[in-house]
Amino acid sequence: MLKLFKFLRWQEWIQIFLCLLLTIFHVWVDLKIPEYMSQITVLVQTEGSKMSEIWINGGYMLLCAFGSLATAILVGFFASRISALLSFRVRKGVYDSVGAFSMEEINKFSTSSLITRSTNDITQVQMFVAMGLQVLIKAPILAIWAIIKIVDKSWEWSVATAIAVAILVLLLSVIIIFALPRFKVIQKLTDNLNRVTRENLMGVRVVRAYNAESYQEEKFEQVNKSITKNTLITNRIMAMMMPGMTLIMSGLSLAIYWIGAYLINNAVGYEKVAKFSEMVVYSSYAIQVVLSFMLLIFIFILLPRASVSAKRINEVLNTKTKILDGNLTNVKRGKGEVEFKNVCFKYPGASDYVLKDISFKVKQGETVAFIGSTGSGKSTLINLIPRFYDATEGKVLIDGKNIKDYSQKDLHSKIGYVSQKAVIFSGSVFSNVAFGDNGKEKSDITDVKRALEIAQAKKFVEDKPNSYDFEVAQGGTNLSGGQKQRLSIARAICRNPEIFIFDDSFSALDYKTDKELRKDLSNQTKGATTFIVAQRIGTIMNADKIIVLDKGEIVGMGKHKELLKNCDVYKEIALSQLSEEELK
Amino acid sequence: MKNPTNFQNQAIKKREKFKFSVTWGKLLKYCKPFYFLAVLSIVFAIGGTVFTIIGPDKLKEITDLISSGLLTEIDLEAVANIGLTLIAFYSSSVILSYLQGFVVATVNQKISKKMRGDISKKINKLPLKYFDSNTFGDVLSRVTNDVDTISQALNQSMGTLVISLAQFIGAIIMMFVTNWIMALVAIASSLLGFVVMGLIVAKSQKHFVKQQLYLGEMNGHIEEVYSGHNVIKVYNAEEEFGKRFNKLNKNLYSCGWKSQFISGLMMPLMNFIGNFSYVAVCVAGAVLTVKGIISFGVIVAFMIYIRLFTQPLSQFAQAMTSLQSAGAASFRVFQFLEEKELEDERNKKVLLNNVSGNIEFRNVKFGYSKDKVIINDFSVNVKAGQKVAIVGPTGAGKTTIVNLLMRFYEINDGEILIDGVSTKTLTRENVRDQFCMVLQDTWLFEGTIKENIKYNQKNVTQEEIINACKAVGIHHFIETLPNGYETILNEDASISSGQKQLITIARAMVDKSPMLILDEATSSVDTRTEVLIQKAMDKLMKKRTSIIIAHRLSTIKNADLILVMKDGDVIEKGTHKQLLRKKGYYFELYNSQFERENIMND
Repeated sequence: MLKLFKFLRWQEWIQIFLCLLLTIFHVWVDLKIPEYMSQITVLVQTEGSKMSEIWINGGYMLLCAFGSLATAILVGFFASRISALLSFRVRKGVYDSVGAFSMEEINKFSTSSLITRSTNDITQVQMFVAMGLQVLIKAPILAIWAIIKIVDKSWEWSVATAIAVAILVLLLSVIIIFALPRFKVIQKLTDNLNRVTRENLMGVRVVRAYNAESYQEEKFEQVNKSITKNTLITNRIMAMMMPGMTLIMSGLSLAIYWIGAYLINNAVGYEKVAKFSEMVVYSSYAIQVVLSFMLLIFIFILLPRASVSAKRINEVLNTKTKILDGNLTNVKRGKGEVEFKNVCFKYPGASDYVLKDISFKVKQGETVAFIGSTGSGKSTLINLIPRFYDATEGKVLIDGKNIKDYSQKDLHSKIGYVSQKAVIFSGSVFSNVAFGDNGKEKSDITDVKRALEIAQAKKFVEDKPNSYDFEVAQGGTNLSGGQKQRLSIARAICRNPEIFIFDDSFSALDYKTDKELRKDLSNQTKGATTFIVAQRIGTIMNADKIIVLDKGEIVGMGKHKELLKNCDVYKEIALSQLSEEELK
Repeated sequence: MKNPTNFQNQAIKKREKFKFSVTWGKLLKYCKPFYFLAVLSIVFAIGGTVFTIIGPDKLKEITDLISSGLLTEIDLEAVANIGLTLIAFYSSSVILSYLQGFVVATVNQKISKKMRGDISKKINKLPLKYFDSNTFGDVLSRVTNDVDTISQALNQSMGTLVISLAQFIGAIIMMFVTNWIMALVAIASSLLGFVVMGLIVAKSQKHFVKQQLYLGEMNGHIEEVYSGHNVIKVYNAEEEFGKRFNKLNKNLYSCGWKSQFISGLMMPLMNFIGNFSYVAVCVAGAVLTVKGIISFGVIVAFMIYIRLFTQPLSQFAQAMTSLQSAGAASFRVFQFLEEKELEDERNKKVLLNNVSGNIEFRNVKFGYSKDKVIINDFSVNVKAGQKVAIVGPTGAGKTTIVNLLMRFYEINDGEILIDGVSTKTLTRENVRDQFCMVLQDTWLFEGTIKENIKYNQKNVTQEEIINACKAVGIHHFIETLPNGYETILNEDASISSGQKQLITIARAMVDKSPMLILDEATSSVDTRTEVLIQKAMDKLMKKRTSIIIAHRLSTIKNADLILVMKDGDVIEKGTHKQLLRKKGYYFELYNSQFERENIMND
């Protein structure tokens, strides 16, 4: 938690210090109020007091009340500004950290966890800091000061107050000990409830096909029952809190008055009146003491949650990416020749290599295709080119230079990458295609049109309302799978890169579109080196070079016809898709 | 929740439609079984409050006893008597309040349990049509978030509302009974404070709305950037998105601190109102005491009445906001519960047994929405034991045919007959009993492999499960897992999509239904795995009427009948060889798939 405070600058530290001063003043006025009350009491009790004196004391009291309000507002002002500023900076820090992450770090945390860390966790910390600046500073000052004020009064009263505080602490501890662990259980059960419901929803057709509705409902009912049971227990425990606290407060007042009756009775003469006003004041101080302890305990309830959040944020902030920028900047457009030299790769923490001793060279304008069964390492291999990961051993060269030597911006400027699952951003069709920056001029509408045409997307885009300015929803939910994929392919084409990477990007398209797209692509992008990962033999059999991968190793390299003759794995794959006579 | 911003807009739009009174009426009706408990809790609440309110009156008596004894002797016995009475009062009050809390918690949980259960049951009673226009996330959030909101709001407000009301009225009565001048002073001074507070709240509302909006946008932006991280990186688009982030972050900061500040104002303001009324009561009390109109004990009593009077006022405000959100949440819950359900079929008496597997589509017409017909006039006759394949481009209506056959959707016109019996006369359950089905999306749930294969089917022996797994060639793989068939499948389980698909095929295999439907069952696996699956499915299809939808044509070449669909119509039908000879659409499709001409030209 404290580590996050390094995001605060000296201006904010001054404000925090101001908060401290203001809080001290605030507590001072707050505690002054009962004193005036006591004065008034004495005045009222004493025969022949002047009305004006009561007015004066009342005026002072009101002044104190105003002072208390004003300081509280000021502290609230600073606290909310500081906490919002802190969360503003922390959010920026986390966002930038994640921006620099490579796949390795992203996978370590998982995307959904990173999202929670950048949103919920930060809100959590912000709320705690805002609360903390107001309450955490105030509670101990109030407790100590109020105790000082009353400690030299009759010890009997002090004992009563101490007992009240003890009972309060005991009550809240019992609640915390029994209820808090259950909250965690409930959280987990809620996840279960979500999971069971999601399963039912995702498999709604299967559930119905198997007439398994009651099976699902029974499953749900089980989770429902246990979540109800646990919530019920915690809520019943929590229900003790309010009545318990009322009892402590009322009981304390009663005790003070009761004891007071004896104390006053034992006093002599004028002492009696003094004791009496003391009693009235004491009871309000005693309540303040109890209240401040309550505040402290609440802080202790909130603290663990916020500190867990802070820890999670710090984990992100302290993770530095392993992929570092090279020194080569402002590189001119090259040939786009790619070479893999004895590349081995294993995922961090894994014991087995995913890629073993991969070496090959691709000349300018060549098309290289990768094929192999799931898990053979195709996607991993091409992910090494844009440096989503760095090779564990060996090196990858572009135009004769190690890709680690390029700055990432320059390296990425050379590449047009299309992922397996189309990624679409909220915005327009235009903004999705004319996307990003490759060190050249921004793409204009003619570039976008050309790219969409090659990607076989022109027609469907022009059929949409507003055509190129068609509003695309986040995640492209208002487009079909094939349309999304074609847009993401157009995005790569629009970039006019030296190297194309298609990570199984064609399988969402039907065969006809796939074929036409590839034909146009090879005609229009002559000179660009192309990497294709594919499942279908049809997609890749015209490639200049086909690389067959099996369990991370190259088991065949060459043209379609050659591989059919000399590569068993390739032949097996091909046979599964085409019949014997078609292959000849 | 792919789209929080949009989602929120939707929520706002929906909230506009929601009427507070109507929804609350529904909620009250829904809670009918728990009326007795609710009344009980109200009784407890009132009882508890009465004791709390009489308390100050008694404390006043003690004070009066003390102050009247200041000059002489205090009647300690009387003090003790009142003290004991008060102890009895306070204890009864605590017990009653706790009982009230206990009952409220119970009622609440019973209501939420019922609600969750009802929603879950409702899911399975809705026509599939509903899910075409509603996202899963939306339904999910109704089961958890909305029910939680309702339960929490009720928990907070049901108790406090009753107590506060009782306390509020009680405090007013007691104040006027004690002294009316003081009562007026107390009420006037605290109301003054609340007017100020109300003004601030009204002014601040827009900041809260804005903050929620920006927060939603921010979450949406972060989600988008993080999940598109790869693409943004490779396209050097970080800067562009960074600018957007900075703008959102700034907006969030500027309205964030304002709303935080304003919500933080409430506490000190409440304090001030307390102090202000305190002063007013003290001064007025002192004046009156000096004049001899009231005793000093009255002031002491009023100091507490003030608290009892102002406390409920602020609690009302809180309860109202939580009731508001509960109202919006229950609107969503009831909206879901009131969705039109599937037709009740209890009166259907026809029951199909021992089906041989003849299927006939007779002039079937269907559209997902009334104005958009997808299937125009579909007629096909499938004989028992035949293997029928449906092919065609995306959007041709292949899956729709399956949806209609399984009665996931009801046809607009025409008939579907199984062994000559119209499926309309049968219950949905009976129709679905006749089929086993493998879908493109492999659906497995968190549970053991065995549970996943057996699913809800009865009389499935361990042996049958193992045999099915052997048949689909996954038995060996399962045995290598640490717990074999008892291995729990969850997100962490390292099992490939092909293996998942094989498990769903094994599930269909232990199902002994006479007919089989395969809806693009192999399109998500690589071709080598597909060969395995293909073999497994051939075993599955033996002696069963099967309907296969495929986009890899290689898998259906040996079908008895291939239906080529385009735009909802069958444009060609016949066997593979017949269709190739025809040189029509199928021929073209087939060739484009394999680019045969290229091979020929080579």
